[in-house]
Amino acid sequence: MRLILFTAALFAAPAFAQSAPLRVDINAGLMQPMPIAVPAFAPGNGASTEAGTTTQIGERAAQVIANDLKSSGLFRPLDPAAYTTTVGIDDVLKPDFPAWRTIAAQALVTGTVTANPDGGITLACYAYDVFAGAEIARQGFVTTAAGWRRAAHKCADLVYSRLTGESGYFDSRIVYVSETGTRTKRIKRLAIMDQDGAGHRFLTSGQNLVLTPRFAPGQQTITYMSFENNRPRVWIYTLGSGRQEAVGQFSAMTFAPRFSPDGQNLVFSMAVGGNTDIYRFNLATRSTTRLTSGPGIDTSPSYSPDGTKIVFESDRGGSQQLYVMNADGSGQSRISFGEGRSASPVWSPRGDYIAFTRMGGGRFGVGVMRPDGSGERLLTNGFQDESPAWSPNGRVILFARGDRSGRSGLWSVDISGLNERRIATPLDASDPAWSPLLP
Amino acid sequence: MTRHLPKLPLLTLVLLAAACAPKKPPAELQAPPATARPETPAAAPMDRPATVETGASSIVPGSQDDLRAQTGGDTVLFAYDSYELDGEARATLLKHATWLRANPNVRVTLEGHCDERGTREYNLALGDRRANSAKNFLATQGIDVARLSTISYGKEKPAVDGADEAAYARNRRAVTMVMSR
Repeated sequence: MRLILFTAALFAAPAFAQSAPLRVDINAGLMQPMPIAVPAFAPGNGASTEAGTTTQIGERAAQVIANDLKSSGLFRPLDPAAYTTTVGIDDVLKPDFPAWRTIAAQALVTGTVTANPDGGITLACYAYDVFAGAEIARQGFVTTAAGWRRAAHKCADLVYSRLTGESGYFDSRIVYVSETGTRTKRIKRLAIMDQDGAGHRFLTSGQNLVLTPRFAPGQQTITYMSFENNRPRVWIYTLGSGRQEAVGQFSAMTFAPRFSPDGQNLVFSMAVGGNTDIYRFNLATRSTTRLTSGPGIDTSPSYSPDGTKIVFESDRGGSQQLYVMNADGSGQSRISFGEGRSASPVWSPRGDYIAFTRMGGGRFGVGVMRPDGSGERLLTNGFQDESPAWSPNGRVILFARGDRSGRSGLWSVDISGLNERRIATPLDASDPAWSPLLP
Repeated sequence: MTRHLPKLPLLTLVLLAAACAPKKPPAELQAPPATARPETPAAAPMDRPATVETGASSIVPGSQDDLRAQTGGDTVLFAYDSYELDGEARATLLKHATWLRANPNVRVTLEGHCDERGTREYNLALGDRRANSAKNFLATQGIDVARLSTISYGKEKPAVDGADEAAYARNRRAVTMVMSR
């Protein structure tokens, strides 16, 4: 049996969804997650690093990898208590396949952690098809001792990529708005964390209301909206320095910012005298180009990954619906025609889908459609599900889910509609954005 | 064999040129005038914020409290997803205009707000429409637009907590706020 068959299972999902109008039962459970063993990585030497001994790092790295793979919903890491064999340095290259077969592991991820003379480490990652007794992939990662966690994510990405045929998404980060307090006294702060919740930190103090952060393609900067000095407008945050800078000198409110895929431009909305249109702002020349006009609310722009088109929402037809235009503003045409209102579209980094928020019947859900508006499927249904964002591989959607009490948190769902799960955050959370894969 | 990759980079400083020279804003568009609607006060029996009793000696003339006391309230309400001023809202804003004429040195900010049952970015735009509806009405009453500014808070600053229509109705509002001098 070939492990690669997971790709077929992933692609089968849309056909399943077609039979269910505008709602997907996430409990349908079409897929059996693949049983996978991820024993502690073996110490390549006994040295100690500033992040612990190689033995300790090897144990934690295996946990990070198992957690990543489990979170995808496609893998079921086996309980280490059930392992019938231990993994020493020699077993990494020559695994005891019969022992792994006895616990029905279909795949094995193993490796070594070795301390280097410069204080860094090398994490070697190996993946095997247990029943075929064959190697699937191997890769080594040289990093600082503190970088072991990213090396583990890259190992998980390698395994995910080889077994699904899709690119990975585990070595990535999430920026979002952290929230505390009651509805009428809500404190909001920008926060950033690794995709699995590690390395969480706040970027802003909570003194100013901040909304809708989005990564630049290079990930060193984030664009967002802030009400600093009671002037609601678009800002840019530089991660390395913590520097915050307002974009442009507009007298009117600017909001809903996103980067173009090449990082050269921002698109955002500007509200002038009660009328909201979409503008492009060139970061190098600081020139502004108006892309939409007319009396409707045009907002929530999002570029196609090739940069040639922009999807946005407009109420020009009477209620919020999705439209696509060329990047220069020409050729605007409506793509959403489903029931209710469609809003906050986000183009998948793969280009194949547009995620959006659907409002109707007193409920909010997140769905996807093709860029031409066909194949619409609602993936979630909640009191207030909104603000979808894509994983870097375009397979998973992050969104914010609010409840009647005013609480909110981050959730993710596979584009098949399966594997809906809560993303842990220290406080309430909204407005998530997912980074591209880290370099 | 293990392949040596470049060391995983630490965050590299990349400064985007975001400090920007003043740009010519697009020609200001006139918001569509608030269309007249039959007054239906019975259809909107909403609680109003408590007002300060007229004549209370502690009220500073030209203050927010003074505006509330003299006009019956600083807030006008809107129907769901609407920025049209109904008869009740226009009656309130007429009083605000009278009060502004009596306090010619006062400047106000018209705040636009929404209930939470809309997407965040759309609600920022809708709040801007509501603020401008109120501003434009005051301007048609002869108040110098130089005394009137607007800000939208979208759904970010509800007046009351709650997830029912009574709460939502009170949160769909424009508030005439006296600017501190």
